[in-house]
Amino acid sequence: MLELKNIHARYGAITALRGIAISVSQGELVALLGVNGAGKSTTLGSIAGVLRPWQGDILFEGRSILGKSPEQIARLGISLVPEGRDIFPSLTVEENLRLGAFTRSEKTEYSRNLGEVFELFPVLKERLQQPGGTLSGGEQQQLAIARALMSKPRLLMLDEPSLGLAPALVDQIFELIARLHQRDVTILLVEQNVNRTLEIVDRAYLMNTGLIENQGTPQQLRTHADIEGMYMGVGRQAKI
Amino acid sequence: MINLEFIINTLSLGSLYAMLALGLVIIYGILRLVNFAYGELIMMGGYTMFLLAGFTPLPWLVVAVLAVLAAMLTSLFTEMVAFRPVREKSLTAMLITSFAVSTLLQNGALLIISPRARAVDLPQLFQTSVMIAGTNVPWRNILTIVTSVVMLTLLTLLLRRTVLGIALRAAADNFTMTRMLGVPANTVISTAFAISGIMAGIVSIFWIARSATVTPALGAPPLLVAFVATVIGGMRSLTGAVVGGFVYAIIISLLGIFLPPNLLEFREAFMFVFVIIILLFRPQGLISSKTSVERVG
Repeated sequence: MLELKNIHARYGAITALRGIAISVSQGELVALLGVNGAGKSTTLGSIAGVLRPWQGDILFEGRSILGKSPEQIARLGISLVPEGRDIFPSLTVEENLRLGAFTRSEKTEYSRNLGEVFELFPVLKERLQQPGGTLSGGEQQQLAIARALMSKPRLLMLDEPSLGLAPALVDQIFELIARLHQRDVTILLVEQNVNRTLEIVDRAYLMNTGLIENQGTPQQLRTHADIEGMYMGVGRQAKI
Repeated sequence: MINLEFIINTLSLGSLYAMLALGLVIIYGILRLVNFAYGELIMMGGYTMFLLAGFTPLPWLVVAVLAVLAAMLTSLFTEMVAFRPVREKSLTAMLITSFAVSTLLQNGALLIISPRARAVDLPQLFQTSVMIAGTNVPWRNILTIVTSVVMLTLLTLLLRRTVLGIALRAAADNFTMTRMLGVPANTVISTAFAISGIMAGIVSIFWIARSATVTPALGAPPLLVAFVATVIGGMRSLTGAVVGGFVYAIIISLLGIFLPPNLLEFREAFMFVFVIIILLFRPQGLISSKTSVERVG
């Protein structure tokens, strides 16, 4: 479904990606793991059309999407929930969701999607007329994911959805991602929480300084020395 | 001194300045561009009225609508040929482009029409008054207030009830995220420029109703008013633009009453003292937008 070939990208003056290749198949849940600055967010930004790689190619369902604008890529069914959520704080929850469905014009489909979203995120139904900026961090994260789901994306990309959330909410978010996966939503997930991520994904890529260092199923990766280091690192951080 | 006449005058001036400021801030909110060619849109409306009212038999209402249309089309045209090509480059490039567009339009008017002021034929209604509670109230002032109420209502409905309007507000919060939801950047920006042009066109009617003449440099004073009003009100908020327009009108009207006659010609200087005082206490403007405190990126 999605294939990145030899992608090189700069982020300002820094070379952020140095020739990475990843692929995601229909219905798969795939993670990009790595420390800060490994190039995970840059990868998602390149796919979403916010950043333009200077070398390589990105194929979505067999066609190159390189050089397309963010709105064109969104219309193809690729949806990114960015790090920091980026909900619209001055818009109400309902307006946020309505814009999420911008690429879907049918009214009946809108109310059906809204129903599904409320089933996944009951709290949003209560907050419908509240400005997005007044929601708590966890609720904002739910809203950001709900907004993305309103477009019925063929590929959902989540950038550190658990970042900055209380442990109980982190559990909720991971349960939700697993549920979406069961519903056959294709997901590309960026996370620092290696432990939790490996529990739910089909496959993962391990990124470091703009390169893919390793890849495989959770079982294959768990035994790998690199990930043990990260594992420990993250584990220690979490305890503090 | 503060009587009904004063109140209606100030309300009318405030309504005019509010519409003026809205047209500037709707573009600023999305592109962070202060469009210095905004005043020239008002000039375009003015010359359209001068030409159509003077040289065609069209009824005045049609002339007014065409003047608004001319300002809107000029706004859309400048966005397409001048701002769009430099949009991705930098904000500075856009700012300089707006100066270039402003100069080009002004010089075009100098060249094609005349550097001299031209009289605009206005309907009788603009020169007549009506008695309300023993006070002479010019129709012009009543029309300004009514028009601004209608325009503010229409704009609010557009921004709250239509998907395009919601997208405009979202773009002011976070433009990149709005595009990532599939909203085309060009649609949002064109809409903002169209609204800005409509506001400029409507302002041109009432601005010229006050002087009954049009000159190539007509756009400079309203641009300054719009800019100062948005700075007072808060550059990021449409409500702020309206508040700023009214605050500007109230201060300038009060100065007109309370300043000694020999200081009246320095009214603008005193006005800016007030602006500085307001900004000392509220550097973000009277109405700060929720998003301005949010992290960018």
